[in-house]
Amino acid sequence: MSIPIIPVELIRIIVALGAVGAFVGLNGLVLVYVERKVAGHCQRRPGPFEVGPHGLLTPLADALKLVGKQLFMPTGADPWLFWLAPIVSFLPVLLLFLPIPFSPVLTGMEVHLGILFILAFSGINVLALCLAGWGSNNKWALLGAGRAVAQSVAYEIPLLLSLLAVIFMVGSLNLSEIVRSQGSWPWQWHICTQPLAFLIYFTCAVAEVNRNPFDLPEAESELTAGFHTEYSGMAFGLFFLAEYMNMIIVCSIATVVFLGGWQGPFFSGALWFFAKMYALLFIIIWFRWTYPRVRFNQLLNINWKWLLPLGLANLLVTAFLMKIF
Amino acid sequence: MGALRESWQNIVDLWSLIVGLKVTGKYFCYRHRTVHYPRKTVDNINTFRGPLELVPKSKDPTKPKCIVCMMCATNCPCGAITLVKKKAPKPTPEELKAEEEAKARGEKVKKKKAPKEPARFIQDFSLCSLCGICVENCPVGSIRFSNDVYFAVTRREDLALDLLARLRERAGEMEKTLSVEQEA
Repeated sequence: MSIPIIPVELIRIIVALGAVGAFVGLNGLVLVYVERKVAGHCQRRPGPFEVGPHGLLTPLADALKLVGKQLFMPTGADPWLFWLAPIVSFLPVLLLFLPIPFSPVLTGMEVHLGILFILAFSGINVLALCLAGWGSNNKWALLGAGRAVAQSVAYEIPLLLSLLAVIFMVGSLNLSEIVRSQGSWPWQWHICTQPLAFLIYFTCAVAEVNRNPFDLPEAESELTAGFHTEYSGMAFGLFFLAEYMNMIIVCSIATVVFLGGWQGPFFSGALWFFAKMYALLFIIIWFRWTYPRVRFNQLLNINWKWLLPLGLANLLVTAFLMKIF
Repeated sequence: MGALRESWQNIVDLWSLIVGLKVTGKYFCYRHRTVHYPRKTVDNINTFRGPLELVPKSKDPTKPKCIVCMMCATNCPCGAITLVKKKAPKPTPEELKAEEEAKARGEKVKKKKAPKEPARFIQDFSLCSLCGICVENCPVGSIRFSNDVYFAVTRREDLALDLLARLRERAGEMEKTLSVEQEA
């Protein structure tokens, strides 16, 4: 044919990006609602209730409010870094969803190095937090950014080590391959063969997305809001959205790597994937309304003295056993 | 050995994380303790501490039981209560005449005593810390906390509450409701 053919893969990626955009927007609303509802119920109150039935429209109203707010920049702030930070924080999130296999069909793009792809791009978020804190010309923001960098850099190591243990067993970085290596029943999932790795991964994941009890970069009671102190309106909204989306990403990876992905008893499909993912999200939110924040020295001690050696030992044992059997 | 034991203790202490999750998880499933306010209200607010109110005499709902012993005003840690006793009534000219005549006859004259009733009973609610010492100390049970949940003013001066006037107001309202009930 003489007509230049648009590659199918390109169309697929564009459609996937559109779908991811919709997914991100929708989930932003859903998670805000769930977060506030869980907060309410954990404290024995109903949570948002007034706007819409059972307060269902509250996050929508919140979003409208955020969009309508004026964007401010403090005097003395670096305009480039200040406005770049929320975009840098949010944009990689769209890419992160591409290689995640929600079901055999519902995969944006089959990436052979899928897990590496996600880990590499999720690291950009730290840069965004750093830019935001540095560009704000605000001491709280700077402190928050410093904490964010120290924390993220530290916790990325055991996170990688725990994932590496499973990758050793599967022998592939492709997320779909990792799902296929597990069976449909819970005892065939990697959480049973690698329980320690799962615990390390989940702890690191909570720390990596700056959630309680590791939310030091935005510790409300100490730093007003940490790195996003000076942001208003949608600039703050983007950080907020990026945080929630990163939560979804880490829970998705946990689902894929440790909980059998789309596979489940009786039937397989995206339903199982979402059920597991939202269960993990619920647990992270549950953590937030249960645990007090750790001190910074505790945070780093947990990482360097516990998670890192345990992760290394786990990896060594896995490697050893894989070599023998 | 000490370091090992310490490490082991750290691992054992992780159980406390589960305990914490159990607590909030339990609460998550329990019924709510709050009510949806404008549509529902709490039925029992007896323990609510609003501004003070005076307890009326059983015979006369416009007069308080107060005997002006000053226990509330002297014990108030915030100095929120201003209490003034009624003065003795001025004798009429006839009474004065009778008194003088009695004196001339050499009899002992009994002057009229001031009644044991407050002339002013003012609580400055802006100073009150709602500790309840006045309520506990009142020997005749003449003051109590009101259940006025919706008490609000727009000026600071309005927080100096004339409790006697409020008592009379309340008595008037009670009479109104009573008469309405009787008519019904």
